Amino acid sequence: MTHPPETTEARAAAPLATAPASAGSGDGGTDNGADKTRGGWRGRRSYRGTVAPYGFLTPTFVLLLVLMVTPITMVIGYSFVDRVIINPNSEFVGFENYAQVLGDPVFFKAVSNTAIFAGASVIAHFVLGMGFALMLNSPMIGNRLKAVYRAIYILPWLFTVAIVAVLWRMLLSPNGIVNFFVTELGFAEEQIAWLSDPSLALPAITFINIWAGYPFFMVSLLAGLQGISSELYEAARLDRAGPVKQFFNVTLPQLKPIIISMALLDFIWTTQQFALIWMTTGGGPIDATEMVSTYTYKLAFSTYDFAVASASAVIIFLLSMTLAFFYVRHQKSRD
Amino acid sequence: MRKWIGATAAVSALALVTACSSEGASDGPSDGDGGGNGETVTLEFAQWWEPELPEGVLRGLMDDFEEANPGIEVELLSGPYASTREQVVAGAASGTMSDVVGLDGAWVSDFVDQGSIADLTALMSDAGYDDGELASQVQLGGSTYMIPVVNFAYMLFTNDGLLAEAGVDAAPSTRSEFEAAAIAVSESDENTSGWILPLSLETPNGIQNDVMSWAWASGGSMLTDDGAPDVNNADVQSAVDFVVGLDEAGAVAPGAATLKEQDKVEEFSSGRVGMMISSLAHINTLRESSPDLDFSLHAVPAEDGYSGERGTPYASWGIGVAENSENKEEAWKLVEFLMSADANGELANAANAFPGNSTAVPEFVTQDEIFQSAFDVWNEGYPANEFVGLPVAEQLMRDMAEELQRVLNGDISVEDALTATQTKWESQF
Repeated sequence: MTHPPETTEARAAAPLATAPASAGSGDGGTDNGADKTRGGWRGRRSYRGTVAPYGFLTPTFVLLLVLMVTPITMVIGYSFVDRVIINPNSEFVGFENYAQVLGDPVFFKAVSNTAIFAGASVIAHFVLGMGFALMLNSPMIGNRLKAVYRAIYILPWLFTVAIVAVLWRMLLSPNGIVNFFVTELGFAEEQIAWLSDPSLALPAITFINIWAGYPFFMVSLLAGLQGISSELYEAARLDRAGPVKQFFNVTLPQLKPIIISMALLDFIWTTQQFALIWMTTGGGPIDATEMVSTYTYKLAFSTYDFAVASASAVIIFLLSMTLAFFYVRHQKSRD
Repeated sequence: MRKWIGATAAVSALALVTACSSEGASDGPSDGDGGGNGETVTLEFAQWWEPELPEGVLRGLMDDFEEANPGIEVELLSGPYASTREQVVAGAASGTMSDVVGLDGAWVSDFVDQGSIADLTALMSDAGYDDGELASQVQLGGSTYMIPVVNFAYMLFTNDGLLAEAGVDAAPSTRSEFEAAAIAVSESDENTSGWILPLSLETPNGIQNDVMSWAWASGGSMLTDDGAPDVNNADVQSAVDFVVGLDEAGAVAPGAATLKEQDKVEEFSSGRVGMMISSLAHINTLRESSPDLDFSLHAVPAEDGYSGERGTPYASWGIGVAENSENKEEAWKLVEFLMSADANGELANAANAFPGNSTAVPEFVTQDEIFQSAFDVWNEGYPANEFVGLPVAEQLMRDMAEELQRVLNGDISVEDALTATQTKWESQF
């Protein structure tokens, strides 16, 4: 009485595995030995199948735990205690730190400035990026000229934030070249303090951010444009669609997934912009360019109030998570 | 193959965890055992001084120290001022502060509250050190926590060429003389301004150096006798009124709200500003960037009729010892070495600063006419910087800078600005 092996692999494995069992059990042990063999093999296979994936995932889990979960948990914890880090005997204060942040009019000014700064930047990044991408994808421009334009247009993206800040501080200085042209060409009678005038500072740093960030949109949209099948344009032309109709009925729908992804990512990144603002205006004049990032930084490293800074950071984290939720949902719907 | 991949993954994960845990287990910044049994002690010394000194000067001093103290080595952790500050703050928060740290007087109060810097009075006592030669010490509650190693005095720099072109023959000594000179320079050329006022909120030390210096130069104070804020008193109001008056008269360079200290020096260096209040540390910068610039140094002008001693604003490269250091005894030896007459004089000489050891006389003072005049001004007045030792000193300056920006923007009066500043300061104290 023998049980037929269930698979070819099992047949091959059985003799090796049964050898010690047969030797030990003497006669009549064939059936039991075969059962044990299959059970042991299945156990090892099951064990390997269960544990191996976790082995592969462990480095990622550890990295996530150390670099993401731990700091986020700590910051959330800090936000519920009083004078954390500075005071060795911090006490739990519930939502008091949150109340302090949400009761501060400067925080709302910072949120408003951040929304304007990020919103205007994303829209302008899209418009400029799309315009330049269309130009670089146009068959009317030769390849060599395209390469030159591509190199020029992408330049702002290659500068680090510190260089961008220093460069534009010099350009927009009251004695800078921008004021030279503005006054020489008769647009203004006297020098304009672009970054020091409370009514101009926010538009000025938004402009700088637009200048520094549009190439990212441009490169992504250019890649998208190059992936659109020419057959779609041929079909549109057969339907007597002009360039404008082709743009709105072929190009934009084809680029829609890229545009939505880019816009969401750009908005999230721009709301987190700190270095550019800090190095150009420091959040001033007064609170004209105060952003949530500069507001939180000042709480942490100027007043050393890490607990309230943590509460502010958690609020920003929740706002960012809302945006991230839409981004992930959009990505899932694409998949 | 699968086994190998699985094993590799497990080992890498284990290595990562081990690396992290060993990092976390480190409870002190130093190697060695405190020097008790002949092993070498390595002291970490975090500061922003090395990049600002001629190359090799600070390392050379450390080599001298190591030679004089066998068994102690010094590892310099150097960076720009801003990143050093963040590094020190982070180290203080996590208990991993370097053994010896460069300090700014504005940080001291917060670090003392935090318990992250050691009581130097106790260390001096343990070492039997006589502090008679120290020019100054920053104390809180009767204990010293920071010793100024070198001091950078802030004085009035005048572009004598520009002043002469504007018809100003002598450097101003009073506020009214200064105002007249500043207006004359501004009116002499549409591209020049009489004075420059940096009020950037990123580094709001313009409040200390360029605004409050007017009050201190006339014997004024922004604090009560017991150290509480008193920023809306008549002395400070008079100084701020004067500054605002200069702006209204068109004598101040445009763009004050975002100007920083380096902008001030660049504008002066390029001949677009007639006068500035700046650190002696910038004398060599000016000489290197504009060799033809004809400038001189003077005391900050005082109120008309004031004949008392003038306060001279200053900033220090201070030094302290971390409370978490396991080698406080060795750390103090390094502090003591840097405060000795020879080492301190050498450091002051290299930094073009006034020494923290009262017996040290740097060479540059005797060899350079401009430095000699600055040293005379320094000795005739008294060091004045009331922000040293105050809690969240930088935020206090930022609070005042914001209010002053509102005044310059025409939103509020000086009186309202100072009242608002006083309220903010009281909440910080």
